[in-house]
Amino acid sequence: MATDTSSKSPEIRRALPGHRLLIGKEAPLQLDCGATLAPAVLAYQTYGELNADKSNAILVFHALTGDQFAAEDHPVTGRPGWWEVMIGPGRPLDTRRYFIICINVPGGCMGSTGPKEINPETGKPWGLDFPVVTIGDMVRAQIRVLDHLGIDKIFCAIGGSMGGMQALEMASRHPERLHSVIAVATAGHHSAQNIAFHEIGRQAIMADPDWRGGRYLEENAVPRRGLAVARMTAHVTYLSEPALHRKFGRRLQDRRALSYGFDADFQVESYLRYQGASFVERFDANSYLYITRAMDYFDLAADHDGVLAKAFTHSPARFCIVSFTSDWLFPTSEAKRLVLALNAAAADVSFVEIESDKGHDAFLLNEPEFHATLHGFLNGTAERLGLPTGDLTPIDLGDRDPGKERIS
Amino acid sequence: MTLGGDARTRRSSNLARSDLRLIADLIEPGSRVLDIGCGEGILLEYLVREKAVVGRGMELSQEGVNASVARGLSVVQGDADTALSYYPDQAFDVVVLSKTLQATRDPRAVLRQLVRIGNNAIVSFPNFGYWRIRLELLLRGRMPMTPSLPAPWYETENIHLCTLRDFVALCEQEQIRVERAFTVRDDGSPRPISSLGLANLFGHDGVFLLRRS
Repeated sequence: MATDTSSKSPEIRRALPGHRLLIGKEAPLQLDCGATLAPAVLAYQTYGELNADKSNAILVFHALTGDQFAAEDHPVTGRPGWWEVMIGPGRPLDTRRYFIICINVPGGCMGSTGPKEINPETGKPWGLDFPVVTIGDMVRAQIRVLDHLGIDKIFCAIGGSMGGMQALEMASRHPERLHSVIAVATAGHHSAQNIAFHEIGRQAIMADPDWRGGRYLEENAVPRRGLAVARMTAHVTYLSEPALHRKFGRRLQDRRALSYGFDADFQVESYLRYQGASFVERFDANSYLYITRAMDYFDLAADHDGVLAKAFTHSPARFCIVSFTSDWLFPTSEAKRLVLALNAAAADVSFVEIESDKGHDAFLLNEPEFHATLHGFLNGTAERLGLPTGDLTPIDLGDRDPGKERIS
Repeated sequence: MTLGGDARTRRSSNLARSDLRLIADLIEPGSRVLDIGCGEGILLEYLVREKAVVGRGMELSQEGVNASVARGLSVVQGDADTALSYYPDQAFDVVVLSKTLQATRDPRAVLRQLVRIGNNAIVSFPNFGYWRIRLELLLRGRMPMTPSLPAPWYETENIHLCTLRDFVALCEQEQIRVERAFTVRDDGSPRPISSLGLANLFGHDGVFLLRRS
């Protein structure tokens, strides 16, 4: 079962390691909903060294339940960073050559301002008084960190899933701030099916009596059951039937026969219960509501008269779009819509579909062809910009291999 | 549609295929180039490195795309029959379609797209009027199989084969101007076409530089 972090996590979280950018009232964050946010905090991590002319920065956008601890042991869970396979010496995002920045999104729960932090107006946790944030807000906030670091133009914006949405949003709204974009397992909008799954998750949280109308922190409660169910549902959408079959099939959990009851008879049930239970120890239920909402609202074309190509008109950036064959949450058909739009905008675009049976989660896992592709794309871009190129080191993760299950 | 006939030989060495060398020679340094059916990116890589072109590629096979992107090239997975209509007019200085036209479902529509999205188009294809092919059909009475067209009739990807004469006639009909035309002969050397009749008999490949009229 999950290691018990619940008793110590409040202290740990208050003392989370890493950088903080404080946004003061003199320059508040302007949000799409019309509200402003200040004072606010953005928590971020960096890996590698920024070079003298500040031209080697890569901004990594995390996904729904990820955070800024992308390439190091997580201070709360103690587990490896969610993208350790991608970031490090000899990895595609090579820390010997690139300066990697990863920022906890506003609305998140790992140190950046979000619904579990204290609302300075009331002295109580924000809860549902926190303004609704969008993918656009997340990107605008993160650009403040780039400004703070004195980085005018990043070498690459990269992300998977919601991270890919942010990368596309940044390419569309702030093309002058980046040289290249890698959008993985993502889409130009959140589909009806994806909104539907998110809504199930939100309803599960809000149906938990311990949610207390969103004020559970004030009342010393945690909507564990609701958040766990939300996670279990979402988790199924991150996998694929072949992956589930390979991992669990219909095998029974610690028993030889069916129990004729509602215990976790099957391994897949036990696995999901574990995933749900461990998730609630590191993630805030209200943050889950806010961030899923941000994804639902994302629709690049809608912001451009319904024409996706207009989102990328005159974009000078190099784009790399990646999808995975067994990802049914962000299927290849969505990636192809992006590619056709980029072609119509005469943008510089590469598109690869990677053969994998690991579903949406493939973007987090050790997929050598995926990594080789990104490495080639980044090297090609580096060559054009006169930055050093390098070689991939084959990954030997040993017992840190995340192939068994997702980390974030 | 997939890569035509011998496209796989592109993997072997640097522009080993004579029609690719000829195509490379026809392209001005610094041009914006789209290579349709770019395979694993051999021609495109050569053009980017040696001629400083702004190069893009399209390829049907996912293996070819992944290999091209891993080389640092900008390549998308796509089908010439369906994906070209999304590109804006004159997006490129040159659009290259090498040994692929004969494998498209609608070569005429593809040809129209080529001269729409490129100021110039370079098209190469195996010449079905080549004397060995004519002879094989005449004497053996079987569908010809040559180094250029190695697959038997029932599994060939080349569903719209034509002769040099057929191609020139289609260009005339579509009001597409043939700026320059070459054949590649048995010894691999390209020759400008002066007599279409002779070229149609002795050239095993045709390479055409086209422009819309």
